[in-house]
Amino acid sequence: MTTTVETAIGPAQTMVLNMGPQHPSTHGVLRVILEMDGEIVVKAQPVIGYLHTGIEKSCESKTYSQVVTLTDRIDYLAPLSNNLGYCLAVEKILGVEVPKRAQYIRVLLAELTRCASHLVWLGTHAIDLGAMTVFLYTFREREEILKIFEYLSGQRMMTSYFRPGGLALEPPADWLDRVRRVVNNLPGHIDEYEDLLTKNKIWLGRTVGVGTISAADAIAIGCTGPLLRASGVAYDVRKAFPYSSYDEFDFNVQTQTAGDCYARYQVRVAEIRESIKIVKQAIEKVPAEGPFRAELPGIIAPSREEMKTSIEGLIYHFKIFTEGFTPPPGEVYQAIESPRGELGTFVKSDGSAKPARVKFRTPSFVNLQSLPALCEGRLIADVVACIGTTDIVLGEVDR
Amino acid sequence: MEPQDTDKNPVVKKLRDWDAKAVTEVIEFRGETTVVVPREHLRRACEYLATEPSLRFSLLADITPTDRFPMEPRFEINYHLVSMDRRERIRLKVRIPGNDPVMPSVTSVWPTANWHERESFDLFGIRFDGHPDLRRILMPDDWEGHPLRRDYPTEGYR
Repeated sequence: MTTTVETAIGPAQTMVLNMGPQHPSTHGVLRVILEMDGEIVVKAQPVIGYLHTGIEKSCESKTYSQVVTLTDRIDYLAPLSNNLGYCLAVEKILGVEVPKRAQYIRVLLAELTRCASHLVWLGTHAIDLGAMTVFLYTFREREEILKIFEYLSGQRMMTSYFRPGGLALEPPADWLDRVRRVVNNLPGHIDEYEDLLTKNKIWLGRTVGVGTISAADAIAIGCTGPLLRASGVAYDVRKAFPYSSYDEFDFNVQTQTAGDCYARYQVRVAEIRESIKIVKQAIEKVPAEGPFRAELPGIIAPSREEMKTSIEGLIYHFKIFTEGFTPPPGEVYQAIESPRGELGTFVKSDGSAKPARVKFRTPSFVNLQSLPALCEGRLIADVVACIGTTDIVLGEVDR
Repeated sequence: MEPQDTDKNPVVKKLRDWDAKAVTEVIEFRGETTVVVPREHLRRACEYLATEPSLRFSLLADITPTDRFPMEPRFEINYHLVSMDRRERIRLKVRIPGNDPVMPSVTSVWPTANWHERESFDLFGIRFDGHPDLRRILMPDDWEGHPLRRDYPTEGYR
């Protein structure tokens, strides 16, 4: 596999270096085969599949409601975004709209998920590049967000809180106070991270001008999310194809033009601030009371109250949780903006209680294709920065 | 084929005006438009949709094969196209028989198709003519069979 390259001191053989799959800075089990000319990367080839668990195959033998728990495990840093994408796809195929209250709560939690995911990214990326302190701070704040998820769903990470038709449970009475406390504190903490990084000379040296990708290349490779927006393309599914009432919220799409690692850092930090803005608006919008699930007898589970007091409710409850429900035959594709980019869920129904095909168009899988373009021709130390700023989650790459 | 009332989608109309043979059927479901394209016209149609200045479907979001076993034509390959600045989506669908699962590669139109097509090859056994590097991507290289086919069991012996 080695080739001969022309160097300053004459022709030389390249060396093949295997990075991963067990390497701390690949954030999971990513393997990259690097062809090196000294310290310069000539060719980088990502090898994936080490975390392939056949989620799409498993979906075909589960009922529509059972699939929700699998979606948590695709992108384990943003489980609620995955829940949302899948639930919206199933709701689209059913032709049902969930109540406004549930939509706002979904927006609120999806944005908190984005904050939590970007915080993990910021911490781990900083630790990759040698800035240890930020990691400890971001995980402290992320934990506060996870506590909210736990308060609502009983789980820190594998929430499965969104279900086709609405939410799993009525949120506890004082949950909005907790959300308010977290989002009021968060901007100050982000200032702290920025104090540590934004003008830090070492940070700038490791990220500015590193891993540059042009807008045209990014689109051709299929990049979405912060990776694309850092190259100057203002494409955000929340704005371009609004879902779950996102059109009622006031927020800006954050872009940078440099397309390097530093631009991606700036975009993500700005996105946390935008998400806080959306969460604050959602807190005002969420009604204190009201239905949190659509009413569609025989398809969406009835409320506990109805199940215990009416015979139809009991029958529907029993049927939905033993046999599942049967959407009309058809195919839908629902895209959402996950923290990493366009998360598409394709669901095909053949009219039975189990989906005929579920496909997740995961942003990490597509964004990882850009790795050769980002790091070829650069130093080996920059590979770590490039992998870091593509923000891949291997569970999502391999599914 | 005769123009249908489903041609109210201007993209479909443009595609049909460009080459009527490239559109065999138009499916409207839940506000999504699916254009069924014959296999031999797929690459040309993709080039047209991606480069036509009034359409600009510059992003190929996804390639999703589905298996309809035991029905024929067995495989359906769905291409999800996005026009980012025009805020429009369209799905192209190609139906191919189970005994000849070969597709033209669209990597020359959208380089992102590279991994999507490798995934389709890996999990469904669909070969892509003109693909630069058609290898398995998720399963190990020495794996036998294509796991997402409907006749591949979820558990037990293969």
